Amino acid sequence: MISIFPSLLNGAVITLQLLVTSMFFGLIIGLIFAILRINKNPIINKFAYGYSYFFRGTPLLVQLYLIYYGLANIEFLRNSFFWVIIKEPYWCAIIAFSLNTGAYTSEILRSAFQTIKKGYIEAAQSLGVTKKITFYRIQLPIAIKQSLPAYGNEIILMLKGTSLASVITIMDLMGEARKVNVLTFKPFEAFITAGIIYLFITFIIHNIIKYLEKKYGFQT
Amino acid sequence: MELLSFGDTGWGDELFFATLMTIAVSIAAMVIGFVFALIFTPLKLSKNKSLNIIGNCYTTIIRGVPELLVIYLLFFGGTGAAMFVASIFGYDGYIEINAFITGALAIGIISGAYSTEVFRGAILSIDKGQFEASKVLGIKKYIQFYKIILPQMLRLSIPNLSNVWQITLKDTSLISVTGLVEIMRQSYIAAGSTRDPLFFYSVAAVLYLMLTFLSMKLINKLEIKYSKGY
Repeated sequence: MISIFPSLLNGAVITLQLLVTSMFFGLIIGLIFAILRINKNPIINKFAYGYSYFFRGTPLLVQLYLIYYGLANIEFLRNSFFWVIIKEPYWCAIIAFSLNTGAYTSEILRSAFQTIKKGYIEAAQSLGVTKKITFYRIQLPIAIKQSLPAYGNEIILMLKGTSLASVITIMDLMGEARKVNVLTFKPFEAFITAGIIYLFITFIIHNIIKYLEKKYGFQT
Repeated sequence: MELLSFGDTGWGDELFFATLMTIAVSIAAMVIGFVFALIFTPLKLSKNKSLNIIGNCYTTIIRGVPELLVIYLLFFGGTGAAMFVASIFGYDGYIEINAFITGALAIGIISGAYSTEVFRGAILSIDKGQFEASKVLGIKKYIQFYKIILPQMLRLSIPNLSNVWQITLKDTSLISVTGLVEIMRQSYIAAGSTRDPLFFYSVAAVLYLMLTFLSMKLINKLEIKYSKGY
């Protein structure tokens, strides 16, 4: 049990790297698509809806395989600059996870934007605040504060999602656990230890979000 | 399009049966999940501290651990456990547990944790007065549950159960790692033998989208049907 711990911890570092990088890109993607979703132009609106529908309606595994195996099949991409990125399983995983979490984040932010009371925006308008400043200084902060609890859930879902990276040969926590299982034929030790580490990470994320909610939480 | 034709040359019929397999596993998992939920919901709501802890442990652990881990644990561990039990009875051969059963059980345990939360929320949102009224009328505890609480609980939990169904449907794609031939595994095989992964994984994505779309339509109809009179 103790001898397998260091290798699992090495895997946990990779898991955390995957999580942090894809959450970062996912947040940017989510924010962009949330803004597109509340746009009144029907074409832009439909495009953003289609994006989130696709990524929320298909399993993460399909998306991962599409990017890892599928994109490499396109001749044009293979000869272009992008090949440097998509030939690495690590970056494929990050692209898939970012796009996936981006879709969920855009839905969370959209619903937060739509539940902002009209009075705030009207008040800003009547005070002569420009539209840009209203968005950056009033709508955005409120939306971020309101979506904190749901976003915390999304981080935990994504942590669980990163375990799929192990099927495309990345040695994350799950991958290390699989290796230990294959080498020692002790599935319970390997997977239960990995499970405890996952639970520990979940616990920490949960508490950080709780703390942030308490500190910045928005009461209406 | 030739690749999708039915018969020996195309992958159409294989993918069709794989889709049926996905639906079958999802339904089996959902039913197993309901059984788990009906066991653990009372535990979570119980006033007894130790029962309460058992219920909370189940939902917390399952929702905090990757789905893949549960599947691997059951798939690799289940065989070992079954062989251990068999060795006690003097059987030393290799036992392989059916991939469908392990898969449905693993996904069922996961969806059960989500269903438990849904049922708990639904019961908590039923008006306290109803419990008191039935108590005053002298209705027995189990009749109160079956005739008064359960029907309302099911109606209230349909919208959230549809979310659980979507999660379950998508989670079944993970069973492909154990070798059960469902949509994901079939596309993997097809992609491998035709060397056209982009096409077959796109087909898989479309199949999953179709399944989620159709089930949403069906559930919406159910929701309208059961909320008549409200």
